[in-house]
Formats: sequence, structure tokens, C-alpha cells
Amino acid sequence: MPEHDTAARNAQNPTPTEEVGAFLSRRREQIAQRWADEPLFRAVFTVSRDEAVEAGRAIADALAQVAGSGRVEDTDGSGFTPVREQLAMTAASRARAGLTTAQISREVDALRVPAVDLLVADLPQASSEHVRECATTLTALMGTLRLVVMETSLTEGQALIDRQQVQLLEVATPVIRLWDGIVAVPLIGTLDSARSQVVMETLLESVVDQQARFAILDITGVPTVDSLVAQHLMKTVAAVRLMGAECVVSGIRPAIAQTIVHLGLDLPVVTRSSLADALAYALHRLGADIVSVTPGGAGPR
Amino acid sequence: MSGTAAGVDARLPIRSDLDLVWVRQHVRQAAAAVGFGLVEQTKLVTAASELARNTLVYGGGGEVATERVQDGRGTHGLRLTFTDRGPGIPDLEQALSDGYTSGDGLGLGLGGARRLVHEFAIDSAPGSGTTVTVTSWADRPPRPREELR
Amino acid sequence: MNHDLSRAGAAPVPVLRLGDVLLVTLQGDLHDGTAERLQQDIAESIVRSRVTGVVIDISGVEIIDSYLGRVLAEIAAGSRLLAARTVVAGMRPAVAITLVELGLTLPGLRTALSTEAALELLAAPVDRPRREPR
Repeated sequence: MPEHDTAARNAQNPTPTEEVGAFLSRRREQIAQRWADEPLFRAVFTVSRDEAVEAGRAIADALAQVAGSGRVEDTDGSGFTPVREQLAMTAASRARAGLTTAQISREVDALRVPAVDLLVADLPQASSEHVRECATTLTALMGTLRLVVMETSLTEGQALIDRQQVQLLEVATPVIRLWDGIVAVPLIGTLDSARSQVVMETLLESVVDQQARFAILDITGVPTVDSLVAQHLMKTVAAVRLMGAECVVSGIRPAIAQTIVHLGLDLPVVTRSSLADALAYALHRLGADIVSVTPGGAGPR
Repeated sequence: MSGTAAGVDARLPIRSDLDLVWVRQHVRQAAAAVGFGLVEQTKLVTAASELARNTLVYGGGGEVATERVQDGRGTHGLRLTFTDRGPGIPDLEQALSDGYTSGDGLGLGLGGARRLVHEFAIDSAPGSGTTVTVTSWADRPPRPREELR
Repeated sequence: MNHDLSRAGAAPVPVLRLGDVLLVTLQGDLHDGTAERLQQDIAESIVRSRVTGVVIDISGVEIIDSYLGRVLAEIAAGSRLLAARTVVAGMRPAVAITLVELGLTLPGLRTALSTEAALELLAAPVDRPRREPR
């Protein structure tokens, strides 16, 4: 990039906005380097400083483009489009680290100081009034950046809440005590790694608490059982057995039985087609059988 | 305790059976301090035990460095690096598969340890020793029942 | 911060005789040498006191790696050769989850929720008929 010297600037008489735009392009590298050392970047890009510098360059480019468009206070400026996702991620990362919106705002604002310092140092020949006007413009531009970050962080925050609500539903895993020594967990919905870990922990804890000899895993409400889900189930079965209890898997449809067969796992797992059958099996093993009260068996339904 | 600073927090020698006990205890304490749940603690300690034993038995001894780390989303983790100057592993893929063993273990050491951690990296060449780096993160979702109240 | 456990880990494991059963209680973090010595102690105790069962209480054990898992499996296999049955009792949930993830399901090992349940299991007839309903 050609060096714009004082003479050239005087000849062109650039407006403060043009001056700031040119400065952002010219000093892109130094700005990015300074920003990489600011708390915001240091906290978000922990793995590599190069990544932080790269992110800084992208933001400097965006600001230069916004300045180039002449609308330093326009948060919808097309210059921000390429960095919007990056800014959202940055804000979300800080929010997850426990920072309030005000704290994130302050961290973004902290980027202004090194940028303004560089700008002032970059205009040694300019009149103090021109320097002041440029600094004001850059400050306004950085304020716009702060607004964009806040805007994206609010959107991201809502998305996070939505995701958490879904997770919460999925993670709700009630373990029911069906009988003395028999606990059951009815699984409803998809069973991914994270959830099956929660299921396993919750079930094993209740096996200990209830001193349950039988644990029934009812998968009637699990829509699909692929090999990964089957593997999670078998792990739970194995863990229950290691603790000294027996696991019964109920609600197995024919297709699911096939999946488990195809996996070729030789764990001795007792399966039943319904939760009722599983309970009857466990009761029988505990020495209690279910018998009809009337020999004829003609009940009301 | 500040978790942002990355850097080696401790280096422990792995020269004898007794050192394995020290490594397990140190990793347990460090994992608890970082905020790991009981299951994640147990997994990481067990992985550390497997890897430390590998370092001792196959690497002829070495050391482990523990380091607290933080990812881009502010999640805290613990990174363990096991180093030895032993004969190295000629076939990494084979060494990572279950059932493989050159000693008298069950052959679950490396492959088993890999399943117990979130990240696993191994660097080894014949004659130049082995370095195994594992990282786990304390990012378990909160208990649902407490959240629903 | 407690660093005394490493000493406890090197201490011998108490082996107690209860009628026909040996009761072994493991605690905390076991030193490799201790685990190996335990294996010999149990075999010798079975021969000396002619017990028919061994209960290993691991409710106080915080981690089981493949080494200790192998020792437990070998104790069970060795006892079987000496005509004694082994039951491992009281495994903690976190330990069970970890063993399964490690790939160590210890299929040959009998387990029970507690020492009481283990003693009950050993009191049952040796080759009880498997009552499979339906």
C-alpha cells in the first residue's frame, strides 16, 4: 500500500471520515496486532495469537469499508456483513464465560483506545483540529461497532436460550421406582451421547439409592435406534451389571432388535417388548409373581 | 483461581509404581479444582493412570505435565502431557486398537484412555520416545432437576 | 489437600474370614504392588481356611484402571480354580461408567450392590437352576 504522506493529504484535503478510512487500511496490521493483546481478543482466541490477529484484520477491514461508505454511524452498513458472524461468536463466547452485556460492551469499547492512539500518532503533521475531528470520527465508528456487537449478542443470546430449552426437555430423565428393588427410566426422544451419559448417571445413582436389583430401560419412546444409540444402551446395561444389578431393556421393536443383533454385542441383556412384561420378569426374579385374583380372569375390561 | 492463564502447572516424574498413585491423586485434585463433575474426574484420572503406566512400562519412565486450559467459549479444561524417551511406538494405528499389547496388560491402555478423554494426540517414532497429550473439558450440562424448580 | 493416601495405598489390605466367606475390603487408591500381593494373599487364605466364597468390597475404591480390573478378574479366576466363588460388591457409579467407556466390562466377574447382597448371592445353592419365566 503506498504511503500517504502529509503533502498528499493536504493536497487532497480529505474529510475526517476519508482520513479514518485510509488510516484503517494503512495501519490494518498494527491495529490488528494491538487488538490481539486486548482482553476481549485474548479471552476469545486462547489457542493462537495468529487467529486473534486475523480476526482483528477482518474487523479493521470492515471498519475501513464502513468509513469508505461515509456512514460511520450506520449499524446496518454492508461493511459489517462479513464480520457479523465473527462478532456474534465473540460476544457469545464472552457471555458463556459469564460476562454481562455491560461488561462485554466495555471490552469492545477497550478496542477504541489503541486505535485512537495509533491514529493520533499517525497524523503528526496535521492540525490539532483535524486530528481531533478524525479521533471523533473514529470514536463514533468504534461506537457503531459496539452497537453491532450488542445487536448480534442479543440475537445469539436468544438462540442460546432456545437451544437450552430443547436440551432441558431432552435431558429431563425421570427414574421411577416401580417396586421395591425395581427402578425404570422411560426414555423419550433422541438419545445422543450427552443425553445417554446423563441417563446412565441418573440410573446408576438411583440403583445405589434404591438398592435396586433391577433397572428397566424403556425405549418405547425412542424413535430411532441406530448403532450408536444401541451402543449407548449396551454401555448402560454393562455399567448396571458392573454395579451388581440387572438391566432389562423394554419397548424393543423388531427393527431395533435387528440393530442390536447386527452390532454383534455378546452382552447378555434381557429384553422385553413392553414395560409391563419387563416389570413382570423382574418381579418374578425377585420371587413375586403376578396372578389373577379371580380364577376365571374376567375383569371389568 | 484464575483459569485463563495457560502454562504448565505441575510436572510429575513417572519412575515407579508409587509415582502412579501420585499422578492419580494430582490429576484428581486438579480436575476437581477446574470444576469437573465426579464422572469426568474419574474418567480423566483413569485415563491418566493408563497413560502413566504406559510411560512407566513401555517408555521406561518419563514425566507428566499438567496444565489448565480454556477454550474459545470460556470452558475450562485440563491438559495432560506424558513424555518418555523410550523406544517409541513403530505402529501407532496398531497401538491404538483394542487388544493390542506389547506387555502383560489387557491391551486397553492407549485405545481405552482415548475413549475417556475429549481430545487425544500421540507423537511417537522408533527410537525417539513417545508423547501423549490428552485434554478434557468441564462442560457437562447442569443437572436438569435443579434447573426446573 | 491430602497426600497421605499414597501411603495408605501401599498398606496391606485386610482379609477377614466370615464363616465360609473371605471378606476383603479395598479402600482409596491401590498401589500396584499392593494389588498384586492381595492376589497371593487371597489364594493362600482360600487354601488355608477352606472358604467357598470371596467377597471383595470395592465401595471405597475411587478408580479402577485396566490393571486393577485385570487383578480383580484374575482373583475371581484363581479362586474358581480353588473351588471358591468371588463376588465384587459396591462398585461406585462413576467407576462403573468409566470401566465401560474404557472397554472393560469384566464379563467373568460376579457383582453385587453391597456386601450383604454378595453374601446372599454366595449363600444361594452353587448351581441354582436358572428360572427363566415364560
